[in-house]
Formats: sequence, C-alpha cells, structure tokens
Amino acid sequence: MKISIQINEGPYQHQASDTAYQFAKAAIKKGHEIFRVFFYHDGVNNASRFTLPPQDDRNVVNQWAKLGIKNVDGEPELVVCIAAALRRGMLDESEASKNGIDANNIHPAFRISGLGQLIEAGIQSDRLVVFGD
Amino acid sequence: MLHTVNKSSFERNSLKSCLNTIDDTSVILLIEDGVISAAKNTNASMIADLAAQGRVYALQGDVEARGISSKLADNIKLVDYAGFVDLVVEHGTAVSWV
Repeated sequence: MKISIQINEGPYQHQASDTAYQFAKAAIKKGHEIFRVFFYHDGVNNASRFTLPPQDDRNVVNQWAKLGIKNVDGEPELVVCIAAALRRGMLDESEASKNGIDANNIHPAFRISGLGQLIEAGIQSDRLVVFGD
Repeated sequence: MLHTVNKSSFERNSLKSCLNTIDDTSVILLIEDGVISAAKNTNASMIADLAAQGRVYALQGDVEARGISSKLADNIKLVDYAGFVDLVVEHGTAVSWV
C-alpha cells in the first residue's frame, strides 16, 4: 500500500517526529511504500543538517535521511514546505542565493517544495497519516 | 476510520472531541501522551464502553515508557508500530486528533 506522512512538529519537541519515523520504518518493513513525507509548520526543523544531539542520543534528522525515501527519478521524497521553511530560516542552496543569504541548512536527503506536494501525496497515496502538535 | 489521539486528556480536549465525533465503526489508537487515558483511575472511564467493544488500542512502547503497563484499564488492546501500520491499512482514512 502507498502511504504518505505529514509531520507538523519539530524534532525533540514532543514525540511526533519519532513516532512518525518508527511508523515509517515499520511500514517499509511490512512491504508498504512510503510515497512521501511532508514536513509542515515547525516540522520543517526536522530537515536541518546542522543538528548536533549528544552522541548517546538519537539523531532525528539523520534517521530520516537514512531511510532514503526517494522517487523513481532518485529525488528525495522528504519534502519540506517552502513557506513554512523560509519564515523559520530553513533554506536550501537555491533559496539562499536567490535571497542573498550566505548559508543554507537543508539536509541533502530533503528537498524544499510547495504545499501542492502535500495535496498530491494525499491524492496519489492510499493513506495519509498526520503526526504532530 | 482510525482515530489517533496523541495528547493526555488532562492536557487537551482532543480525546473528548474525538469521542463526540466518531461513528459506530471507528476505532481509536492512543499514542504518545494519549496513552495516559488508558490508565486505570484516570479518564479511562471516557473510553470504557468503546474498549468493551474492542475498539480502543494503545501503542505499547508509549504505554511502557510511561510506566502504566500494570495499570492498564480493561479491554485496551496493545499494539506495536507494526500493529499501528496494520490499523492504518485496515481502517481506511486516518484522523489525527492533536
């Protein structure tokens, strides 16, 4: 079955990103396809490549990155909402240069895109499961 | 439909709103702090009728993390993450009450 996930909460806030990750891992293990994970609202903070949790703690961002959710063209299907990301200072290379900012922080396993990607995930998937605050 | 509730009923009204809304065929899965409502002597009476019909599940890891395994109210069914996935597959649309 095709399953998509929406995450509305940042890492280490409550538990949403962890629950969603465990859910995604279990779904893949059962042979389901994770079509897309859409990071919305504070959930965009799950895409920062600058997080440095203590060594004995899980690394939420790297966990997501390691799941390697991609489409047939090899593009990441860990999708970050562009409007939610820009207003929180989450930028990829292209948005940084477009806005004259000298750094970017989106992890390469994620990509920035629009809300249409969430709607499309809802249409293309058999299930959409929302995690968050 | 599958309804997930992820906050304690002492913190938010989401469990109450969910119970006021769901139809006769829906099931509830308590996750994260939502599992507090599955402990005896809390607000578990809210879900006792549904639980008696076998329609209330709780995520085992979250139950254990909060030390309420031995205080679980009657008829609550425990599931792991694989069981969570199965519930999503079996029950169609999943609604998250936050």
